[in-house]
Amino acid sequence: MGLYIIRRLLLAIPTLLVISLVVFAILDLAPGDPTSQLPLTVPAEIRDQIRESLGFNDPFLVRWWNWNKLMVINEPIHAFETITNTCIGDCENRDRIISWSSRSPAMDTIYERLPQTLWVLGLGLLFGVLIAVPIGSLQAYKQYSWFDNVGTVVTLLGYSVPVFVIGPLFIYVFSVKLGWLPTFYTTTHDIDWTSWSSIWFQIKQLLMPVAVLTLFNAASFGRFTRGSVLENLNEQYVRTARSKGVSERSVMTRHVLRNSLIPVVTLLALSIPGIFGGAIITENIFRINGLGQLLLVSIGQNDLPMVQSLVFIFAVLTVLFNIVADVFYGLLDPRIRYD
Amino acid sequence: MTEIANDPFKNQHFDANDALSDVASLGEFRSLRSDVWRQFRRHKGAMAGCIMLIIIVLGCFLGPVLLPFDTSTPVVTNANRTAGWPHIWGTDNLGRDAFARALLGGRISLMVGFVAMFVSVLVGVLVGVLAGYFRLADGPLMRFTDLFLSLPLLPILLVVIVLFRDPVQDALGDGLGIFVLMVVIIGGTSWMQTARIVRGEVLAIKEQEFILASRSIGTRSRRIIVQNVLPNVLSPVIVAASLGIAVAILTESAVSFLGLGFPLELPTWGRLLNEAKDRIALNFWLVGGPGLLLSATVMSVNLIGDGLRDALDPQTRSKG
Repeated sequence: MGLYIIRRLLLAIPTLLVISLVVFAILDLAPGDPTSQLPLTVPAEIRDQIRESLGFNDPFLVRWWNWNKLMVINEPIHAFETITNTCIGDCENRDRIISWSSRSPAMDTIYERLPQTLWVLGLGLLFGVLIAVPIGSLQAYKQYSWFDNVGTVVTLLGYSVPVFVIGPLFIYVFSVKLGWLPTFYTTTHDIDWTSWSSIWFQIKQLLMPVAVLTLFNAASFGRFTRGSVLENLNEQYVRTARSKGVSERSVMTRHVLRNSLIPVVTLLALSIPGIFGGAIITENIFRINGLGQLLLVSIGQNDLPMVQSLVFIFAVLTVLFNIVADVFYGLLDPRIRYD
Repeated sequence: MTEIANDPFKNQHFDANDALSDVASLGEFRSLRSDVWRQFRRHKGAMAGCIMLIIIVLGCFLGPVLLPFDTSTPVVTNANRTAGWPHIWGTDNLGRDAFARALLGGRISLMVGFVAMFVSVLVGVLVGVLAGYFRLADGPLMRFTDLFLSLPLLPILLVVIVLFRDPVQDALGDGLGIFVLMVVIIGGTSWMQTARIVRGEVLAIKEQEFILASRSIGTRSRRIIVQNVLPNVLSPVIVAASLGIAVAILTESAVSFLGLGFPLELPTWGRLLNEAKDRIALNFWLVGGPGLLLSATVMSVNLIGDGLRDALDPQTRSKG
């Protein structure tokens, strides 16, 4: 297994290189200019010098290579140094990707924003799956019962009503009308794990964004789990298990569920990019200053280095989640051998 | 045709008309199409979806014409009315009827949905058939598909729209420019599932004997694909297309909701929601209205897709 993970990580490198090339190529066609935010009094020849010094006039592949060097080599080394508090080589003067609008390293801003995104996204995904798997299987087990019918309708609503409709409605009901929950997320809130009111505040402000994402995820995974379990319930091995006297609970959990979860994991891996999309919208609705909000602001400010870094980080996270899903595959299905 | 092709040399004097009358004399003649239609009609959800979609489409295209409200000229004295008569969903901050605006917004949303789905299916079928039929193209095309599947699409979509909006609008005019851009980009980033399904189907069909028979009489690849392969992958493509409409409408709305899609002069459901989300405390229906229409459209399209899937699946059909 360990060997497999290492091999998958190595195989991810060419994928990420191609993605970085695509991202870089798209953004390179942009009309953005690093000198556009300078005062108009700066003369044209100085602007040219600034562009020259930023390497703006180099050929495309050279610029791509330089950017890659910063993104893939310098940034990870810097992150490693910060975490372990060490210094490798010339750590004072190492070049980093500089945002055009904040004039500070782009990755520092991204590290600040990452936790908020991962909290909301991770909890939404976790609760979504935790709700979807038991309810979806129970629906399939009692097909056409009232439980199944109600579940089917709720599921249909869950994936038909988009996040950006449900989000404002939640705010209307729970913040405007009832006044129970805050309308937006306060990122400056530092969670004090010893104080109940601090934790309660954090729970309250996470509740709506996480609920919105959970609802959507639970609907799409629940529907899929139901279909997958239904298919497996008709298999011969279920009859075999029942006829040899295995308890119903054991048939469901050990035999059917384990087999049914394999396609669900596939769906999970495939829907990761979409979940990031949902996170961007959720962050926009609830004013969470996570990565999605940062991306929208950077697009508005024409901050190319920041947008490039962000899209690349999204791609890295997508590829990583895919590898995690593949590892889960092996745990669920012993027929899959990783060698 | 398939009966002949299955065993081309056994029955030299095969007459299709004879065979047809034989079958017909056995009882009621049931074509595949009528079978599918019968099964589809029995699917309550799909029929409800059909009726709902027809009402929404008619409402969106006829409503703004029939309603006695001007949807473009601001009447500031009439602004921010709450729901009542004659404005059943109230008015927006410029005094325009919210109901008429929501119906108007549906026009562009629906058109983007249908056209983008068409683009997506076209690309998906093309990639899928080429990858499935030509072994040399399979590897590169499927790697290409995998790459697209692992891209974070919404961020890239947003970036591309911002970057190319102005040049395309300059070339094609404001309204048409953004429409074409949205359709091409949404279609160009949602074809992967179709391509995968079609490739799988083509791989299976390619090994069947009627393809071999076709090839053995010297039919060119292009003709085999058009006449023998494409009709046989039609079922999954129809299902993918119906679900693709929902995806396209949702993507367009998401982009417009973030304020990067259609401009305010050309409202879509997403754009109306973007405008209204901060005024929900003033008038609930500014969000509730477009949200309801959007959700109902997506739901009806999903229901129709489910119904089509059941109707086109030979296993469930034979039971019906």
